[in-house]
Amino acid sequence: MATTATAQQTKWWSGGKSPFNIEYGKLMMWYFLMSDAFTFGAFLISYGTIRFSQNFWPDPNAVFNAFPGAGHANLPLAFVSVMTFILIISSVTMVLAVHAGHNGDKKGVIKWLAWTIVGGIAFLSCQAWEWHHLITGAHATLIDGKIEWVGQTTRVNPWGQLVHGEALTTALNNSTVESLARIVHEQHGNTMTEAQLLGLPKDQLTGMINTAELHVRQNGPVAFGGYFYGITGFHGFHVFSGVVINIIMLIMTQKGVFERRGHYLMIEKAGLYWHFVDLVWVFVFLCFYLI
Amino acid sequence: MEHQSASSEITFQHHVSDAEFSKKVKRTTILLSVITVIELAIGLIIYTIHKGPDPNAYLVLAFKGVVCILTLAKAYYIVSVFMHLGDEIRNMIMTIVVPLMLFIWFILAFIIDGNSYKNLRNTYDKHFQETTTPVHHVEEKKAEEPKPGKQ
Repeated sequence: MATTATAQQTKWWSGGKSPFNIEYGKLMMWYFLMSDAFTFGAFLISYGTIRFSQNFWPDPNAVFNAFPGAGHANLPLAFVSVMTFILIISSVTMVLAVHAGHNGDKKGVIKWLAWTIVGGIAFLSCQAWEWHHLITGAHATLIDGKIEWVGQTTRVNPWGQLVHGEALTTALNNSTVESLARIVHEQHGNTMTEAQLLGLPKDQLTGMINTAELHVRQNGPVAFGGYFYGITGFHGFHVFSGVVINIIMLIMTQKGVFERRGHYLMIEKAGLYWHFVDLVWVFVFLCFYLI
Repeated sequence: MEHQSASSEITFQHHVSDAEFSKKVKRTTILLSVITVIELAIGLIIYTIHKGPDPNAYLVLAFKGVVCILTLAKAYYIVSVFMHLGDEIRNMIMTIVVPLMLFIWFILAFIIDGNSYKNLRNTYDKHFQETTTPVHHVEEKKAEEPKPGKQ
């Protein structure tokens, strides 16, 4: 009988059994996850080190404020909360898949694994949209005294401090006609095409710019992009491999491999990996989006 | 009799009834969601403080500390309930948790190192300090020459 008393009476280290009361594969999955935790931890801690060594760091609410289909609306934290809930829910469906496996319920395993895969793919799609939006979405940024339109890449960061007053006027005077035409186009919408604006003289363009409404930032810490894409990319890669593993598990379940084997321990191991991916996201979410 | 004879290495199996299990999963799911919602609310509070006229740095830091603690709570529930580490025997729990203690040193040492580097630069590299320190009360701000290429 499995009681706490047996746990205490058993001589765990006398040999012939696992001193951890766990089978080999699962134990090794735990140790792998522990080493993976240190890999992620090292990445996040090095990000923290760089952040603490800077006087200024971009405000995540200014960087991550977009939502698919919402245009330029300022919605901080909205999209990333969707991503977070997708992962939490897919973690729950994985727990249910593992439990169905315990009961030898093949149909249950297939159903919940399939939902977990759907959740994983949904998360990856969200991440793809977010990356695409950050890389391609250009922002008026003060670089080397001139205003340039740049996206968030690993080489440049458009999220520095806001430029005001005289500095802004000087920057506008130094900027190219192309940059100015784009500012006017963004501010005045569709009254004139960018090609038409490009034909105008520079001082006329400068005159058309509403400086009170203009948000120009200095270029921020370059390290931001590398850390963001590096760490969320590494996490996304884990999600991707988790989805692949789950798909393999789904196919094996469907073919009755685990049924013949008599147990669904493989589902448990895949489950551990999937929960770990969720666990890492909790920390990525904290470090990049919340603080 | 035996649910599953999974492996001869396992001395005794941990059995949970379906009702007990679904109650536990439901409770943990709600808990994780509620903690996440609280975290998001705090995130929005921090955003509002930042937008305000005079952001209180210590208040922001306090809220960030709360979010960190909530995140650790979430991590505990994921590992203990979803990954079933809480149901394993003590030997197993210790072989995972004890090595992770290294993180306490890891985080502290490197964060403090980064902070010290910033302080040293602010003390000995006035250019770094002047060009990167955030300026509030923007209307009064003196026009600075834009500094190129400073990271």
